[in-house]
Amino acid sequence: MELKTPLYETHVKCKGKIVPFAGYLLPVQYGTGVIAEHMAVRTACGLFDVSHMGEITCAGRDALKNLNEMLTNDYTDLRDGQARYSPMCNEEGGVIDDLIVYKVRDDHYFIVVNAANKDKDFAWMKAHAFGDAVFTDISASVAQLALQGPKAVSILKKLVPEEAIPQKYYSCNFHGRAGGMDCAISRTGYTGEDGFEFYLAAEEAPKFWELLMETGREEGLIPCGLGARDTLRLEAAMPLYGHEMDDTVTPFEAGLGMFVKMEKESFIGKAALLEKGRPGRKRVGLKVTGRGIVREHADVYIGERRIGVTTSGTHCPYLKAPAAMALLDASCSSVGTQVEVDVRGRRVAAEIVKPPFYKRTVK
Amino acid sequence: MNHPKELKYSKSHEWVKFLDDGTALVGLTDYAQDALGDLVFVNLPETGDEVTAGEAFADVESVKAVSDVFSPLTGTVAEVNEELLDVPEMLNNDPYGAWLIKVENITGQDELLDADAYIQFYESEEA
Repeated sequence: MELKTPLYETHVKCKGKIVPFAGYLLPVQYGTGVIAEHMAVRTACGLFDVSHMGEITCAGRDALKNLNEMLTNDYTDLRDGQARYSPMCNEEGGVIDDLIVYKVRDDHYFIVVNAANKDKDFAWMKAHAFGDAVFTDISASVAQLALQGPKAVSILKKLVPEEAIPQKYYSCNFHGRAGGMDCAISRTGYTGEDGFEFYLAAEEAPKFWELLMETGREEGLIPCGLGARDTLRLEAAMPLYGHEMDDTVTPFEAGLGMFVKMEKESFIGKAALLEKGRPGRKRVGLKVTGRGIVREHADVYIGERRIGVTTSGTHCPYLKAPAAMALLDASCSSVGTQVEVDVRGRRVAAEIVKPPFYKRTVK
Repeated sequence: MNHPKELKYSKSHEWVKFLDDGTALVGLTDYAQDALGDLVFVNLPETGDEVTAGEAFADVESVKAVSDVFSPLTGTVAEVNEELLDVPEMLNNDPYGAWLIKVENITGQDELLDADAYIQFYESEEA
C-alpha cells in the first residue's frame, strides 16, 4: 500500500495528477503541465513536496567517525550548518545510496536519503554503527518542501528576516521560523537553480505550503510535480539513484569521483575501489542529434558495437531538445564521439557532450 | 473537455472524421491529449502504408512517456500531417485540428462511438 505525504490532501485540492512513486502517492504534475512547471522553475519559481525523502539523525560522540567510515566523502572539516553530499558504498564499492549530511552541531548530524532506499540505508547504518553513535529514522515526522527558481530568494525574504536566509549553497539555518512555524532552511535543491529546501514538522506542512504559495504567487510561483522534478534534474545532468547509479555501479563510474576521498585512512568500499582501479565505464551526457526522444535503458552503439546503455533520458523543456545520460565503455566515452541509440528498434544519432546540458547563469 | 458531435470516437481515444470523398481523418481526442500531457514528439507512418483497425500506427511522446496511437480504421494512408513533426504541441492545443493521418480505401473499422457514448465510456472507465 502506498503512503501519503502530509500534503496529499493539498495536492488533490490543487488538481495534482496523483501517481505512486517510491511507496508514496505523489503528484506527477498539476493542471499547468510538466512543461509550464519546468519553465516556472527556470524563469520564476516552483514549489515541490519532497516529503517522501527519508531523514535520519546520527548522534553521539562517535557520530563523525561513523559517517567518515560509512560514507565516501570526508566530513572532518564540516562546520555547523554546512551540508555535504556523499555516496554511501557497499564493500564491493557499489553505491547503496547517495545522500546529504548536515552538521547540526558537534556530535549531531542530519542525513537526507532517497525515499526508495530509506529502509535499506537505515538498516545498513544500524548494522555498521560502532562506538557511541545512534542512528534514528525520523522520516515519518518530517516534511520536506523545495522552493526552487530565480525568485526563491525574493519570495523567502518576504517571510523571514534576511539574516535567517542561508547565504551559501549547501548551508542551512536550523532555527528558521516563518508564519509562526519552526523550520530548517537549507540552500540546496535538485533542479539546477538557486533555491531552498525546508524541513519542518509534518503536521505543519499544509499550512507552510499555503503560506509559501500565497507569498510567492505574484512572483509567478506555481506548484510542481515529480515530472518537472525529473526533467529539471536531467537538464542539469544531476544523477538519480536507480538510474545513473545503483549497488553495482561505483561512484567513479557514475562521475562522482570528487565525492570519494581515497586519501581517508578507511571507509567501507575503499579496498574494492582501490582494487578496481580506473573505471571501465563512465557516465556521459548525450545530445540527441537525430529525430526522436531517447529514454532510459536504450542500448548505445558505435556501428555494430554495443558500448553501453542510457540511464535517463527525456525531452528537456528549457532547451527544447531531447537529452540523455548513459553509462558507456570508458574507452569510447570522450566528448564529441558520435554514437547511435536504439530507440525501440530505430537507430537515433547522438553525440557525447560534457554535462550539464543546462547551467544557470549566476547574476 | 470538448468532444464535437460530428466526429466518431474509438475506445482507444482516437477520433475519426469521415469525409464526403470516402476518406477519413484520424486524430487524438481532447480526453487523450489531456491524459497524455504535454506532447513533444510524434512518429507517423508514411503515405501508402497500410493501417489495421485496432493496431498501432503511430506513437506520440510526452515529456514522461511514449504512447502508441491505434488505428480505428483499416485502409491505406493517403496523407500524413507532417506539420505535427515540427509542432507536436498542436495535438494539445488543437486536438481536432491536429489530424495525424488521412485514410483511404477503408475496408474495416473498430467499434466507433458517438460523442455522448464516448464521454460515458471514459467516465465509466475512470470510475
